[in-house]
Amino acid sequence: MQIDQLNILAVGLNAEIMAVVNRLINGHEQWKGTTVCTIAEAIAAFSKEQYHIVLLCAGICEETASQLKTTLAGLSPATIVIRHFGGGSGLLESEILSALSQHNIRLN
Amino acid sequence: MAKSILHKADTRGNADHGWLKSRQTFSFAGYYNPERMGFGALRVLNDDVVAPGRGFGTHPHDNMEIISIPLEGDLQHQDNLGNTEVIRQGDVQVMSAGTGVFHSEYNKNSDRPVKFLQIWLFPNKLNVQPRYDQITLNLEERKNKLQQIISPDPSGPGTWIHQDAWFHMGTFEKGKILTYELKDPNNGVYIFVVKGSFTVDGQPLEARDGLGISETSTVNISANEDNAEVLIMEVPMHIPQNS
Repeated sequence: MQIDQLNILAVGLNAEIMAVVNRLINGHEQWKGTTVCTIAEAIAAFSKEQYHIVLLCAGICEETASQLKTTLAGLSPATIVIRHFGGGSGLLESEILSALSQHNIRLN
Repeated sequence: MAKSILHKADTRGNADHGWLKSRQTFSFAGYYNPERMGFGALRVLNDDVVAPGRGFGTHPHDNMEIISIPLEGDLQHQDNLGNTEVIRQGDVQVMSAGTGVFHSEYNKNSDRPVKFLQIWLFPNKLNVQPRYDQITLNLEERKNKLQQIISPDPSGPGTWIHQDAWFHMGTFEKGKILTYELKDPNNGVYIFVVKGSFTVDGQPLEARDGLGISETSTVNISANEDNAEVLIMEVPMHIPQNS
C-alpha cells in the first residue's frame, strides 16, 4: 500500500512525554501525529480520522493495550498497533519504519 | 549448535553532529537498518564521544533500562528525580525510565572529550517507578577476571536493573583464556570489545566489534593482546511485550 501521509495516534499517560512524542512525530514532513491519554479518547479519535499506526506509550499497561487492540481489530483492522519504547527520538523512527516495512506500507 | 551474529565496528551507524560523534551498533535516531534492531533485550549500544562542555539537553525517556559506562572523561548527569551527579571511568550509571524521566547529560570538562557507552535494554516490566543509581567499581577487580557490573539482583555485585540481564567487564593480558557460563541457557550473550582484540568461540574480534551468541550455555574467550578489555552482556532473547 502506498500513502501520501502517515497518520499516527499516540496513546500515553505522561503528558510531558506525550508532548515531546507529538512534536517528534509532527516534525516529519509526511507524518501527522495526534496524542491522547485514554482508550476512550483513542477510540473516539477513530470516528474523526483513520490512523495507520497507534503507538502505545508510557503508562499504558498490558491490559489496557490488549483492550485497545481488541477494539481496534473490529473498528479499524488495518491499523497497526505497536509499543513505543524510550519516550523520545532514540527509537521512534526505527519503530515506525520497521512497522511500515513489515506491513508493506510505503510513503510516496 | 550455537547461533552467532557478527557486527564489525566499521559497519555500525555513524552520526556526526560536530559536538557528538556516535557509533551505533543497532538502529537509533537517524540510523535505521532493519537488520540491526537489537539482540534480544539489548536494543541500543551507542559508542559516544561528546565534545568539551557540550552535551544532551533535557530530554525524556520511558520504559527502558538505560546503562551508561564512561570510558574516558567525566559525564555530568541531572534529572527530574533530583539527581545531579558526575560519572567517570570505573563508574556505572543506570536509569530505569519506567513511567518517565527527564534528564540531561553534559561533558563536565571544557578541555577534553568524554567517551562513554550508552546501552538500552527493554525492561522486564512496563511502567515501573523511575529509578537512578550509580556505582563506583574497583578496576583492579576486573584484571584477568570478569567483574559483574549489572544484574537483576539488588543484593548482587554491581548495580541492578529491571531485566534478567547480567553484564560483566574484564581487562586481560595476552593469552588469558576464560569461559563465560550463561546464567540462563535460554539467554543470549553479546560480546563487545572495548579495547584490544579477542577471539570468541573461534571468531577474531577487534576493538568495538560485537558478537551476539545464542542457543549456547558457555562462551570461550581469549585475549589476543595485553590490556584487552571486554564487555559481556547476557540478555533474554524473547521480549514478551514486543510480541
